[in-house]
Amino acid sequence: MGVELFLQYIAAGVTYGIIYAIVAIGFNIIYNTTGIINFAQGEFVMLGSMIAISLHGVMPLLPSIVLASVVTMFIGALIEVLFIRWLKSPTVLRMIIITIGLSILIRELALSIWGEGVRALPYFTGNEVSSVEIGMIRISPQVLWVVGVCLFMVAVLQGFFHFTLLGRKMRACAANPVAARLCGINTKNMVTLSFMLSALIGAVAGCVVSPITYSQYNMGTGLAIKGFTVAILGGLGNSLAALGGGIVLGILESFSVWFMPSAYKDAISIAILLVILFVRPSGLFGSKERMALKEF
Amino acid sequence: MRKYLGIAFLLMGIVAIQLVASFTDSVYYLTQLTMAGYYTMAVLGLALLMGYAGQISLGHAGFFAIGGYSSAVLTTYNLLPYRDGLFYRLLEALQLLQKREDLYGDTIVNLHPVVAMVVALLLSALIAYVIGIPVLKLKGHYLAMATLGFGIIVYRVVLGTALFGEADGISDVPPFRFYGDLGISGDMDLRVENYYIAWISVLLIMVLFINLLDSRVGRALRAIHGAEDASRAVGIDTGDYKLKTFVLSAVVAALAGVGLTHFNGGIGPSEASVMKSVRYVAIVAAGGMASLWGTMVMSTFLNFMSLRGYFGSYDDALFGGILILIMLFAPEGILSISFRRAWKRLIPRTERVRDGDTEGR
Amino acid sequence: MEILRVDNLSKSFGGLKAINNVSFGLRKGAIKAVIGPNGAGKTTLFNLISGFLRPDSGSILFKEQEIRDYDAHRIARLGISRTFQHIRLFPGMTVIENVMMGRHRFGRTGFLGSMLNLPRKKREERETRDGAMEALRFVGIEELAHRDALELSYGQQRLVELARALALEPEILLLDEPAAGLNMRETAEMGQLIQRIRDRGITVLIVEHDMSLIMKISEEIVVLSYGEKIAEDVPLAIQKNEEVIRIYLGEEDAQDH
Repeated sequence: MGVELFLQYIAAGVTYGIIYAIVAIGFNIIYNTTGIINFAQGEFVMLGSMIAISLHGVMPLLPSIVLASVVTMFIGALIEVLFIRWLKSPTVLRMIIITIGLSILIRELALSIWGEGVRALPYFTGNEVSSVEIGMIRISPQVLWVVGVCLFMVAVLQGFFHFTLLGRKMRACAANPVAARLCGINTKNMVTLSFMLSALIGAVAGCVVSPITYSQYNMGTGLAIKGFTVAILGGLGNSLAALGGGIVLGILESFSVWFMPSAYKDAISIAILLVILFVRPSGLFGSKERMALKEF
Repeated sequence: MRKYLGIAFLLMGIVAIQLVASFTDSVYYLTQLTMAGYYTMAVLGLALLMGYAGQISLGHAGFFAIGGYSSAVLTTYNLLPYRDGLFYRLLEALQLLQKREDLYGDTIVNLHPVVAMVVALLLSALIAYVIGIPVLKLKGHYLAMATLGFGIIVYRVVLGTALFGEADGISDVPPFRFYGDLGISGDMDLRVENYYIAWISVLLIMVLFINLLDSRVGRALRAIHGAEDASRAVGIDTGDYKLKTFVLSAVVAALAGVGLTHFNGGIGPSEASVMKSVRYVAIVAAGGMASLWGTMVMSTFLNFMSLRGYFGSYDDALFGGILILIMLFAPEGILSISFRRAWKRLIPRTERVRDGDTEGR
Repeated sequence: MEILRVDNLSKSFGGLKAINNVSFGLRKGAIKAVIGPNGAGKTTLFNLISGFLRPDSGSILFKEQEIRDYDAHRIARLGISRTFQHIRLFPGMTVIENVMMGRHRFGRTGFLGSMLNLPRKKREERETRDGAMEALRFVGIEELAHRDALELSYGQQRLVELARALALEPEILLLDEPAAGLNMRETAEMGQLIQRIRDRGITVLIVEHDMSLIMKISEEIVVLSYGEKIAEDVPLAIQKNEEVIRIYLGEEDAQDH
């Protein structure tokens, strides 16, 4: 294949990969404060974009995205308060099943509100045929939006966790919940906050990517499992590594259509997940020690 | 013999339902009950795995589909073009082929359903064994995700492969005849017979599982679930037991898939979907995790209601809701007595403290 | 003759050396004790011998056979049985069922045989039950056979766990603090029971905090401190060993605060 086409595939891979990374970071935020893998993570992405699309019918693009993200964020909080907060030392199996049940309920709710149709937000700048030239390749400006917004979010999150009091409190909870509680941190509120944060970033990601990938009520499961793959790839709990893992997976997936029917594209990333789980469950960038600490 | 009392009641129930249906002129209910029977078989296998071996599988519909699709492909794939081959003549000599006419009146030759079933079961056992070795080493989220991933791969493969009919699935699967016309088929005239075939199969599976649990193996499974360390300390190879249970439950699910495919005369990709796997898990959870009878009752009821369409478009949402409610309020299942046990478990602790006190004084 | 030989055994967790270059032998038919302050690595040593942990280096020879890389269940099947510091009975099982689990290694009936109720299953069940009953009789709680194991008192639960370990018909029995949580009378009875176990020809390796019990029943003592062996001798010599006295006095001090 030509260099140009090759680069186009890379660009496509990076676009998808960054979305997977955002989902993975959403997993990590909740996992770090609670030890729970939230199987409903992909639904936040779906909700964010679907709500924004509906709102866009009555208001301009930017306010509808902002409002949709905030609404999704509060849905995240609501989920935590209703289904997680009051459980006393739930087992892992129980949490898995609850979050799976939630993802189904959210999906079915979305189906009854928005139907089976495929929808999309308009392109933020230009339209589906406009493109910008970068070096040798021409890419849609929306790709730049996706990459830009997502990288911006990751940077803000890093800043939040390292330089603000609230972020540090959340990290304290992740490191040692008992000690954090003794220091007067309300760990339960931190858990709620982690659900809000991961719902928020998921919703924003869902909005920016919607013009390219389209949105549908059932997009969540696929995103969740790929996001999880990326989280595992980077070592569960490690957000910067998730970014790398996401891009790797996105590119692999993008190139997989060269040697396999595109119908198997999803199967590829899952096969990668299985192989990593079997060979190195602590992730490519994670360490065994860390894994031992978080294992149950 | 007391352990078979439930089986006797089950048999009476099966007969009673058929009699009531026949006398009230409502045999059409038996169709959904037959289908519910096959799903119940699959769910019972999962109950053995989840409730007794303590391993979650979010990909069990995958095994059901492997069974169903294997037998569907093998019994519909026309072997006539290969009639000069050695393999064909061997199969013919062994009477393992069956001739029939397709919808357009052309003669086609397929493998006999018995052979197809044997191949389907062996294949599912093999796949379960091969993926079970690495998968069952995983715990918690990793196990859940790995099995979910397996299920999605099966779904994607059947959906994306021409051999499996892609989105349309495979239709025109011939009946599975045992004797004369009698056999698994969607034939209206054989509705009662098919009801009995399905439910006697469920009953047999129940007998086998009850025997299994009431044995050295069953005790070992309960031991692993209750205290894995202690079971290793008495020489139980926990990995081996989990793997064998996984294979057994996969084979039972595949058998159910074979049965339903012949009954329906076809199979579609929805049988392999994640939602189906989740549904099985929901039923096992509702049945009380470690209760074969609870699982059977819940499975029959929920599957029947669902197949009759009583849940309307809320079908999937209902199963999601069941999962959440059970796990929030009765994580050990509705019919389980484990709550009482968990409570009792606290008692020795308090006595220990008391003993220590008296010693100190 | 040495039935068990531990050579240069080491195990670290992260940077912490839980067991550091420990060697000792276990004479067949003896009662040997492992003592040491809290955190000395006694339980780690037991977990290494019984296969629950894998050593970083060193060797463990059982009847001259290297078993350091064997998994726990394999070691149990060879005839090395253990109890746990915190009692681990099987929940939801009666006393006799718990003890029957100890006979697991003598059974041959697998999945198929169990499902199909092959004749062997019935025979094995009877043998298993008889063997378990005998173990219960030996520890003196046969009248509790059909009680729910977790309903019993702490002392009784200890005996059930011991009966389960004995039902394995082990050559070596590893007892991890068998007297913990027992009152004085129960402790004395436990001491006699351990001696009766030895009299049956079973070699006993015991970790215990109760010094009077250890001094009374054991024939040799290994002293661990911070993962290292600091002494190995007969009880009388250990009682006079200055280093041992020093670490134990140190610990007493620490516990006062």
